[in-house]
Amino acid sequence: MNKTAHDMNSNLTAAQTAADTGLAPPPTVGEIFSGFLGLGLISFGGALPLARRAIVERRRWLSASDFTDLLGLCQFLPGGNVINLSVAIGMRFRGLPGALAGLLGLIAGPSLVVIGLGVLYEHTQNDPHIRHLFAGLAAAAAGLLISMAVKIVLPLWRKPAGAIIAVLGFLAIALLRFPLLPTMLVLTPLSIYLASRTVR
Amino acid sequence: MNDTLISLAIIFSQLSLLAFGGGNTILPEMQRQVVDVHHWMPASEFSALFALAQAAPGPNLMVVTLVGWHVAGWAGMLVTSVAKFGPSSIVTILALKAWERFKDRPWRRYAQAGLVPVTAGLVAASAALIAHASDTTLIAWAITAVCAVLAIKTRIHPLWLLAAGSLIGLTGFGQF
Repeated sequence: MNKTAHDMNSNLTAAQTAADTGLAPPPTVGEIFSGFLGLGLISFGGALPLARRAIVERRRWLSASDFTDLLGLCQFLPGGNVINLSVAIGMRFRGLPGALAGLLGLIAGPSLVVIGLGVLYEHTQNDPHIRHLFAGLAAAAAGLLISMAVKIVLPLWRKPAGAIIAVLGFLAIALLRFPLLPTMLVLTPLSIYLASRTVR
Repeated sequence: MNDTLISLAIIFSQLSLLAFGGGNTILPEMQRQVVDVHHWMPASEFSALFALAQAAPGPNLMVVTLVGWHVAGWAGMLVTSVAKFGPSSIVTILALKAWERFKDRPWRRYAQAGLVPVTAGLVAASAALIAHASDTTLIAWAITAVCAVLAIKTRIHPLWLLAAGSLIGLTGFGQF
């Protein structure tokens, strides 16, 4: 009953989206490239919220539910979420050329900016003022990374099995400095097994 | 030079396929390879590059591009970028079709739920290693702590925190 209602509901929403708000016509390879180029250049400190706004609300390439479903896949697979999303969206609309256009568009701008910053760093790193500035920048960046870790770790307190896996992973990588591949080959199947026993 | 490019290609294509839960999970392994195994740069320099990449726009892990460029110039940047973004993108393309088909299988949920704790441990390890390498002075530890608390407790934009940290650093206060 519940499931049928849900299915009807999502069918209805899909129909409504197509009829009322109307998705934009499928983007061309050029539009995919320029769309992700713009996204890459304006997204500071995580591209995900901006990606949703650009793809669903502004450009109307995907409906909200399609976007969420595609994002679920992209978070599940290895690689950055938004990078995978650029590939998946490009692939969905224009096949391989589209996938390439999405990926290249997303990383082209930031690559050039980051190399520019790198050049600046190499030319100025012997100036004590600049060294101090970079020390402050690095300290702040470390703080942001800690905040991200805290936000991911905190919800695990209620799940003892998950917390133990997280602690083991932390010890293996941060303290024992084990290589990543064997660590993941042991911990990931164990964690998935534990999840299959607890997730309902 | 050629050996360096081959090493970069091998290291980053492996990292590409292991980056479950986004980029920050592979930071410790990247640091281990670049600093401890290949001695391309000291840990402090790796942290500095990571910080630079954080100040740039774009997806999470632009430090990859910067490391490749720093180690082997434009060729290094190109090889590293292809190695880092290529394999995971190919997996995405291949998975796109299978995903629809397995939508309601229970193992999909188990795998998703099971990856979360692993990701959490790896991101925590990243944070510990980067903070340890970046914070050599008391004032740096203070900046890290304050930024972490503000980023957790408030909705302040990360870029403001990076700018504030840089400015405090620029004064040279507490450093020598």
